[in-house]
Amino acid sequence: MFRNAAELVELAESQNKKISDIMIEQEMTVTKRSKEDVLAQMERNLVVMEEAVDRGLKGVRSHSGLTGGDAVLLQKYIQSGRSLSGELLLDAVSKAVATNEVNAAMGTICATPTAGSAGVVPGTLFAVQHKLNPTREEKLRFLFTSGAFGFVVANNASISGAAGGCQAEVGSASGMAAAAIVEMAGGTPAQSAEAMAITLKNMLGLVCDPVAGLVEVPCVKRNAMGAANAMVAADMALAGITSRIPCDEVIDAMYRIGQTMPVALRETGQGGLAATPTGRELEAKIFGFALDK
Amino acid sequence: MKYKSVFDIIGPVMIGPSSSHTAGAARIGKMARELFGREPKWANISFYGSFAKTYKGHGTDVAMIGGIMNFETDDERIIKAFDYAREKGIKIRIRVEDAITDHPNTARIKIGDDDGETELVGISIGGGKIEIVELNGFELKLSGHHPAILVVHDDRFGAIAAVSNLLAKHHINIGHMDVSRKDIGKIALMTIEVDQTVDEAVINELQQLPQITQVTRIAE
Repeated sequence: MFRNAAELVELAESQNKKISDIMIEQEMTVTKRSKEDVLAQMERNLVVMEEAVDRGLKGVRSHSGLTGGDAVLLQKYIQSGRSLSGELLLDAVSKAVATNEVNAAMGTICATPTAGSAGVVPGTLFAVQHKLNPTREEKLRFLFTSGAFGFVVANNASISGAAGGCQAEVGSASGMAAAAIVEMAGGTPAQSAEAMAITLKNMLGLVCDPVAGLVEVPCVKRNAMGAANAMVAADMALAGITSRIPCDEVIDAMYRIGQTMPVALRETGQGGLAATPTGRELEAKIFGFALDK
Repeated sequence: MKYKSVFDIIGPVMIGPSSSHTAGAARIGKMARELFGREPKWANISFYGSFAKTYKGHGTDVAMIGGIMNFETDDERIIKAFDYAREKGIKIRIRVEDAITDHPNTARIKIGDDDGETELVGISIGGGKIEIVELNGFELKLSGHHPAILVVHDDRFGAIAAVSNLLAKHHINIGHMDVSRKDIGKIALMTIEVDQTVDEAVINELQQLPQITQVTRIAE
């Protein structure tokens, strides 16, 4: 079993394998199942992700009314041909938003690694597929590679906003996505780890401060930027840029930052954006309305 | 290592909006149901930490009640769990606690009926993964990740040997085991994680052993 990113990369490169191979093999060993079984379970998750994105792109609205409809706005904007940051990037962003809007509306999603950060991995996958034309199995591999890096973060730091802030959720998701994009684009296992490190470095310190305690504001837009961050970091790693701080040390830094983060900024709805005048006003309105009902 | 499977990271498939506060809550509720062994008539739930502050927005309450009614994390009935509970006549009480707990996402559930009750403390550690850290006053660590057997027994020599010998006779391998007791010489709880689901017949045999009060089985 690999314990950290360095071991994961070493396992892959020494055997001339992909990160996804290592993850699939480990899963087979740990759960004593065949490769077909393991791939079939991931296939079910992939279908849920596809359905969630489709639903979000048609337009949903949450019960609180705080979020919904932004994925549709972005898709229309892309089609207008006026986008500045590029259609592929914005497609990833809109699909990340779509998934999280469905999540906020209590729809069915697949946590990657959490529900609040469930947009980034599928959002980037369903955008880059238009450029890279992956087979069905390669799409599943994208999820295994994401999972491998998420596994490292979960076991060495945290993937819980209540424990480590948003850096642990959207930060982890973005790093996972960046690593998987690199593999799908033909990069090396080492480049995947670089992409993870570059992404996570830019998510360090991100607090978890949901307005009214709801997984909506700012979570949906954090998924948007998480997807953008992952795409850019993947490109940087594929260009040959490396992180001066190794991936495992970035993960460790994230863990230590999470431990020293005040409770008000760890998914308690007490600090940050939740504590702004507008945040408080929205909170009163939402729960006041709920009480009247 | 706390996370062992890739599907702890890519998964679970669930009703939103929060893996720790919705899916994890449903799983803690379902674990309570499984440990109690039947549908309860009432449930008292206390939320601590982040659970206490944000349970309404995350649907932590409906998810946990859904779990107590045996709903899975992706069961859409979770959204209307209060209505289902009312139809079934299950009385629900929810309390918000100020006490600081070791883990920010902590819930204490007490469920029961005229014939008995079960009380446990569960924590939701991220990504939908949970641990049960207390059961009927005994400290334990139960992930629900492996099939397990919980044995309440007299705190006396020979009890542990008798149980493990019986499992050995049936070729059941123990993956993890711990024993917890409240006071010396009174009652104790063995938590045994095993590699395969244990047959009902073995459970019955365990129940027949001297010094054994109660045996509960948890499927994977």
